[in-house]
Amino acid sequence: MTSLSENIMNKPANTAAEPIWLTERRAAGLAQYQTLPPPALNDELWRFASVGRLKIDDYAPTGAPSPANAKALLDRSDLVSERAGRSVHADDHSLCFEGLSEELIAKGVLYLPIADALKAHPDLMEQYFLKTTTELGSDKFFGLHAASIRAGTLLYIPKGVEIEQPLVNYYWTSAQGTAVFPHTLIIAEDNAKASVVDIFSSETKENEALNIAVSNLHAATGAKVFRKVVQDWNKQTTSFQLDTTIAGRDAQVKNLAVNIGSERARYENQTRIEGPGADVKMYSITVAEDNQEFDQRTFQTHNAPNAVSDLLYKNALLDQSRTIFSGLIKVAEGAQQTDAYQTNRNLLLDPTAEANALPGLEILANDVRCSHGATTGNLDADELFYMMQRGIPRRTAMQLMVFGFFEEVIEKVDNEELAENLRQLIHKKFEAKIA
Amino acid sequence: MNTLEIKNLNVSIEGQSILKDFSLTIPKGEVHALMGPNGTGKSTLAKVMAGHEDYEVKSGGITLDGQNILGEEPDAIAHAGLFLAFQYPLEIPGVSIANFIRAARAARLPEGESINAVEFYKELYQKMDDLKMDRKFTARSLNDGFSGGEKKRCEILQMSMLNPAYCIMDETDSGLDIDALKTVSEGVNLMRGPDRGFLVITHYQRLLDYIVPDVVHVMFDGRIVHSGPAELAQELESKGYDWVKESFATTA
Repeated sequence: MTSLSENIMNKPANTAAEPIWLTERRAAGLAQYQTLPPPALNDELWRFASVGRLKIDDYAPTGAPSPANAKALLDRSDLVSERAGRSVHADDHSLCFEGLSEELIAKGVLYLPIADALKAHPDLMEQYFLKTTTELGSDKFFGLHAASIRAGTLLYIPKGVEIEQPLVNYYWTSAQGTAVFPHTLIIAEDNAKASVVDIFSSETKENEALNIAVSNLHAATGAKVFRKVVQDWNKQTTSFQLDTTIAGRDAQVKNLAVNIGSERARYENQTRIEGPGADVKMYSITVAEDNQEFDQRTFQTHNAPNAVSDLLYKNALLDQSRTIFSGLIKVAEGAQQTDAYQTNRNLLLDPTAEANALPGLEILANDVRCSHGATTGNLDADELFYMMQRGIPRRTAMQLMVFGFFEEVIEKVDNEELAENLRQLIHKKFEAKIA
Repeated sequence: MNTLEIKNLNVSIEGQSILKDFSLTIPKGEVHALMGPNGTGKSTLAKVMAGHEDYEVKSGGITLDGQNILGEEPDAIAHAGLFLAFQYPLEIPGVSIANFIRAARAARLPEGESINAVEFYKELYQKMDDLKMDRKFTARSLNDGFSGGEKKRCEILQMSMLNPAYCIMDETDSGLDIDALKTVSEGVNLMRGPDRGFLVITHYQRLLDYIVPDVVHVMFDGRIVHSGPAELAQELESKGYDWVKESFATTA
């Protein structure tokens, strides 16, 4: 067995042309990975997680897929057909980068592979790239990401520019034992508007992979950004997603995550409100089955007054699956008139499944509206009786109720094609399950 | 054989006897009203007929056109031709009315056949118009946030879309204002015919001004104690249920 950090050092991600600051950040990241202790059970930020099941050694960055594989993956990168741009990566190699229209380029929008962005816009990248962490316990893995990142996209939208169609990024794993480090950096300047879809998938059901993805979203004054994430790795994948949102004055940001795949998925999502009047939504739905574990950690930080953050995480659990929702709302002293909400709903479809909920509040201001709530329950027997009385068989009725449970979030997707594709993904997962 | 037949039904819940040797026959083409004071077992009867699993059936039988339904799963009973309009329709978030009724219709089709969406919506819209329901309701989650009147209209809409042989209506008038009561009753009256039987369960006579029954049964303490023509409902209304208690308590 070779440790992952040895593998990383054997195949350094940095290139000779990289700026010094990046070489330094990579080195610091690797040191962070090597010196920080692995997650432990007694660590509050890893509470309930089966840290013993975390396996990250033996993975390594791999070469580019064959042209035939690449072609097949490109063809499968089709969840959103109306788009402003598309990037497709496999095993951290770029397969295609469908750039922007002339019009958007003329307006100064940048939609580039990270490597190109580093060459063409080093100052912008120095300001934002690898600068923000979630503060939710995965600094060790963020360090590894910093050391290893080679694939990803930058989206930069200048002041006042609005992009109607989404930018769609696909990240595939293909080779056996690959380690990938996808990165999505979104910078929306004042009153800019854009939406981004990140889609994580595996080529086959079998290829084992490690994913450590980072996304940093910066929304300046009045910016409107909607980011959707579809995590559909196969069940041979260990996945980390470390996502942050920083919202400026009156910014409106929506994050929506659909979590389907992975053997074990850690999803950290931090929202930091730095400007008054900001409004940030955090939505997530998760379908857990077999021995899957979804470990969700969220952090809503209000550092400015009169802002709203609203979180809704819904999980449906089958078999022996586990979910952990741990959410914290923190309202700073001066952040008066804050509205911060946090809701976690867990639907247990099998008695062997396990949902853990750890909602938390830390409020230093005295004039705020905050609420948090977590519920865990089974399908309602009276609702089931009602549906069956109409002649709907038990299994179909259960499916309808589960899909209905998710619909509250799916209907917010705001793109009918993607919403329908997401429904199909969820339906597929349930097809043979609810019996 | 063209009857809904309940014979000597004895049902209890948590050891307490609710239906006591209850018998009732409803031929197709007739509307029977079942009236009685609260707590006398009317809603229990409705749920037991529909196959609710919380009740313990000690003895007796229920048949639809000669076919036993007692002990069957609720969906099988529905397929046999029984529809129950609920007193308190459940709210099902995220499941639209149209998808719900489609699923219920699809479950009745033979294997391999599917629903013609165009015809389905045409029929659905026609029936919604009859019930004065806004067509936009088709996309709304079933009963989710509906008013009492909207829920009951939605029950009648489902009933008419599913075309049952026997309709059990459990306190359909509760929570309805007079306009909604009229609309709902018109919807029911449109469905009356020689091929369909109705059991209208109600506490009040008011609904029976609009859905005029062929027979009125008075239920007390788990069984039918008196039956008569439509006028019996008015008599009950004027004399009150105390009259029932006084007249039948001793025999019960």
